Amino acid sequence: MKGVRHYPGFLPLTILCLIVLYAPLAVVAVYSFNASTSITQWGGFSLRWYADVFTGAEAERFGQAAWNSLTIALIAATTATAIATAAALAMIRGGPFRGRQASFALINLPLMVPEIVIAVATLIFFSTIGLTTGYLTILLAHITFCIPFAYLPIAARLEGIEGTYEQAARDLYATRAQAFRLILLPLMMPGVISGWLLAFIISLDDFIITNFVKGAGMETLPTAIFGSVKQGIKPNIMAISTLMLLVSVLFVTAAYLINRKGQKTP
Amino acid sequence: MNRQMSTAVDIRDAVKTYGQVTALQGVSLNIADNEFFTLLGPSGCGKTTLLRLIAGFEEITAGQILLFGQDIARLEPNHRPVNTVFQNYALFPHMSVLDNVAFGLKMKGVDLPSRQKRAGQVLEMVHLSQFADRLPAQLSGGQQQRVALARALAPEPKVLLLDEPLSALDLKLRQAMRVELKQLQEDTGITFIFVTHDQEEALTMSDRIAVMSNGTVQQIGTARDIYEAPVNRFVADFIGETNLLQVDVEANSEDIAIVILPGGHRITCPSASSKTGKHHLSIRPERVTIADTGNLSATVDRVVYLGTDLQVIAHLDDSQTVTIRLQNAARTAPPALGQRISLQLEEGAARLLAD
Amino acid sequence: MAAPGPQPQTGDAAYRGIVRPLLLPTWAVIGILMVLPVALMAVYSFLTKEFRGGVEWDFTLAAYDQFFVTRGLFGDEPPQIEWTYISIFWRSIWQAALATLLCLLIGFPTAWFIATRPAKTRGIWLFLITIPYWVNLLIRTVSLRFLLRDQGPLNEGLIDLGLISEPLQIINTNLAVQLGLFYSYLPFMVLPIYAAVERYNFALSEAAADLYASRWATLREIVLPVVKPGIIAGCILVFVPSLGAFLAPDLLGGAKTFMIGSLIDEQFKGSQGNWPFGAAVAMILMSLVLIVLLLYARAQTRGAR
Repeated sequence: MKGVRHYPGFLPLTILCLIVLYAPLAVVAVYSFNASTSITQWGGFSLRWYADVFTGAEAERFGQAAWNSLTIALIAATTATAIATAAALAMIRGGPFRGRQASFALINLPLMVPEIVIAVATLIFFSTIGLTTGYLTILLAHITFCIPFAYLPIAARLEGIEGTYEQAARDLYATRAQAFRLILLPLMMPGVISGWLLAFIISLDDFIITNFVKGAGMETLPTAIFGSVKQGIKPNIMAISTLMLLVSVLFVTAAYLINRKGQKTP
Repeated sequence: MNRQMSTAVDIRDAVKTYGQVTALQGVSLNIADNEFFTLLGPSGCGKTTLLRLIAGFEEITAGQILLFGQDIARLEPNHRPVNTVFQNYALFPHMSVLDNVAFGLKMKGVDLPSRQKRAGQVLEMVHLSQFADRLPAQLSGGQQQRVALARALAPEPKVLLLDEPLSALDLKLRQAMRVELKQLQEDTGITFIFVTHDQEEALTMSDRIAVMSNGTVQQIGTARDIYEAPVNRFVADFIGETNLLQVDVEANSEDIAIVILPGGHRITCPSASSKTGKHHLSIRPERVTIADTGNLSATVDRVVYLGTDLQVIAHLDDSQTVTIRLQNAARTAPPALGQRISLQLEEGAARLLAD
Repeated sequence: MAAPGPQPQTGDAAYRGIVRPLLLPTWAVIGILMVLPVALMAVYSFLTKEFRGGVEWDFTLAAYDQFFVTRGLFGDEPPQIEWTYISIFWRSIWQAALATLLCLLIGFPTAWFIATRPAKTRGIWLFLITIPYWVNLLIRTVSLRFLLRDQGPLNEGLIDLGLISEPLQIINTNLAVQLGLFYSYLPFMVLPIYAAVERYNFALSEAAADLYASRWATLREIVLPVVKPGIIAGCILVFVPSLGAFLAPDLLGGAKTFMIGSLIDEQFKGSQGNWPFGAAVAMILMSLVLIVLLLYARAQTRGAR
C-alpha cells in the first residue's frame, strides 16, 4: 500500500521529461567534441572546433558578436535592475495608491505581449522617430524587456522583508536614508543580484527582438548563430552553443545559490 | 508607593483613523516616570496603535503626546527618545548581536569604543555577552528576545515601548521573562509601556494597567483595582472569570447600591455608577460559597473537576447561569447533579457595574 | 496585535509618499519604449504601404482588407473571405494547442512527482527542470533540429537498434514544430502546476481514499479540480508564447508549417515587405492573446469569489 501521493507512471514520465529537456543539449555538447568535419560521423574526441571558434574563419565575426552581446547584456541588465529596484520599492513599500494596479500591469507588460509583437512595434517606433537601427536600438529594447525579469526576484525578496526592520532602525535614531542604506539595501541585495543575473541571461538570450532592431551589419551572438545555422549546422556552431550553454548554467546556478543563501537569514 | 510621581508620558485626546476606520477615539493617559505601565486589551482594541503613535511609526490624526512635557506627536521616530522592543524582535539579520545592540548609539553619533563598551555592558545585563559575535538567526527565540531588549535599552531611552514581546516564547520561558523584565525595569528606572493581550502577564508585572477596548480606555488602575473593582461589563468579563447577573437596583449613591438579587434577597454592594433600574452585578466565582442559608438558591447542572478547584455550574430560579469555584479540599463533598443548593456571596464579592 | 486599517506594517504615510515616485523611471521606459510603440503599431496598421519597405501617411483599411478579403487575382471579382491568412492563424492556434496538450500530459505528472518529493530534494528537481529554460532558446532549437535530422543521432540510433530501416521524416513536419514548442515552453507548464500541487492538502486525497475512491478516481474527482488554477496558468504560459513563436516553426518546420511569427517576420524583411500588413497581423495576434488573457483574468476573479 503506497500513500496517496504516489501515482504509478509519474516517475517514468518525470524522467522522460528530463530526457526530453536535456537530450538535445547533451547531444550537441557531445558532438562539439567531434574530430570529424562531418556532423554525422563520429571521428573521435577533439577540441578542434573550440580552437576554431577562437581562431577559425568565422572567429572575428563571432568575436565581435559576442562582444556586442556581452556589453549589451551588461548595460541592459544593470540599467533594468536599477529601474526595477526603484519600482519594487514603490510597489512593495508604497502602500496602496492610485495607479498601483496599472503600474503592476505596466511592469509585466513585456511578459504579456508576444515577443514578435514587441519586435514589430519597437522597429516601427525607432523607424518613425528616425533612430538608425544598431547598437543603441538593441540596447534600448533590451533594457525594456529586461525590467520585469529583474523585477520579479527583487520584489519577491522585498516582500519577504518585514517593514519592522526599517521601523526598528528609525526607532534607533537612523534617518530614512540611513535606514535604507544600512538595513534595507543589504537585506534586499540577494534579490537584486539574482534579478541582475536573470536580466543578463535574458538579454544574452534574445533573438527575435534583436533580429528586428539590429539593423544591417550589427550582430549579437544569437543573430550571428542564426545566420550561420540557416546555411546548415556546422561543428563550430555546436562548440559556440556548448560554451553559451555553460555560461547560462553558471549564471543560473549562481542566481539560485545566492537566492537560497539569502533565504536562510530571515 | 513611594514613587516620585512626575509624568513621563502624557497623552491627550489621541485620535487615530485609517480612512473610515477609527482605531483610537480620543485616548487620554498619564504615565508616571519609573512606572511599569501596561496597555491591555483584545486584538484590535487600539493598544498597538497607541504604542506605535508614541514610537512615531504612525501619524497621529488629532491630539497630543507629551514626553516629559515636550510634544513629540509630530516628530520623526528617529527624533524621539523612546525605543521599541518589537513583537517579532526585528533584529537586523545581517548584523552581529553586538552590532545590533550598538546600532542606536552609532546612529546617535557615539564613537566606536564608547558604543562597543556600552553595548557590551547591556549585553551583560541580559546575560548574552558570550553571543556578541553571533548572527541573530543563530540564537534561540528567548535569546533573540533578550537581544531585542538590549538593543532598545542601549541608547538609554527615556521610555521603553514593548509590543507583546513575550508572545512568541513558550510558556516556561514567558514566565521566567516576566520576572526578568520587571527586575530590569526596576534596575534601570526606565518607564516601560508594555502592550499585551495576556491578562496574567499584565497582572503580574504592571504597576498600573489601562484596559482598552474599541479604541478607548475602559479603566486604568492597579492590578488589584482592575480585578476587584471593575467598572463595566467589558473589564469584569475580560479580566479573570466572572458571573454577570442581571439585577434590579433599588437605590444607588455613586459608590454604594442596594440591589435585589434573583430570588428576592436584598444586598448592599459597591457600585460603579449612580443609576437605578436593571443593571449587571459582577460576582467572582471564587467568592461564592455553598451555605445552609445563603442569599441565592440554585440547581446544580454540572460539576467540573479542575485539580486544585472544583467548578460548579448551576442555574438560578430565573434561569440565569452562575459558576462558582470551590477549593478541592478533602472534607468538602461535591454537590450532586440536580441538587438544590444555597449560595452565599462573600462580603464585597458582588459589585454593581456601570452598564 | 495588528491594528485595524490597511497594513500599518508597511511604513508611515510620509515614507510611502517618498517611495512612490520611484515608479517614474519604469513608467518612462516602458511607456516610451513599449506602450507608445504598440500604439504606433496600431496606427501603422491603418497606413498605406510604400514599396521600398515603409509607409505613406495615408489612412486606409487596406492591410485588414488584404488579411480578410479577396477580390480575385485582378481585384475585380465580388469580395469573398480570404482564407490564406486565416488558415495560417488557424494552423498556429492548432499547433500551439497541441504543444500545450503535450506539455500538460508530461508536465502534470512531473510537477506532481516533484511536489511530492521530500522538501530537501524538491529544490534540486525544480532546478533541473528550470535550467534548460535559461539556456538560449535559439541554441535549444538548433540542438533539437540537430537531434531530429534525417541523419541525426535519433534516426541513426533507431536504425542501429533495428527499430526502423528508413530514417523517420520528423524535421520539416508539424510534429517537429509541436515538439519544438513543447521543448521550448515545458518548464512554463511544470512550474505553476508544481506551485499548486505544493499547496494541495493531501488529507483531501486521504479522505477520498477513505470514502472508497480509487487512486485515479481521486485524481479526477479531487486533485484536478483543486489544482485547476495552476493547470490553467500553465496552459496559458505555454499557449501564448507558442502562438507567436518564430524560431521553432522557422528552424524545425518547413514551408508547410508556416506560422504567424514567420508571416509577420516576412513583412519586415527587405523590399518585399509590407509594414502596414505586418503591423495588422501583429495587431490581430495581440488581440487574440489579449482575449485569452482576459478570459483567464475573468475566470480567476470568478474563482476567487
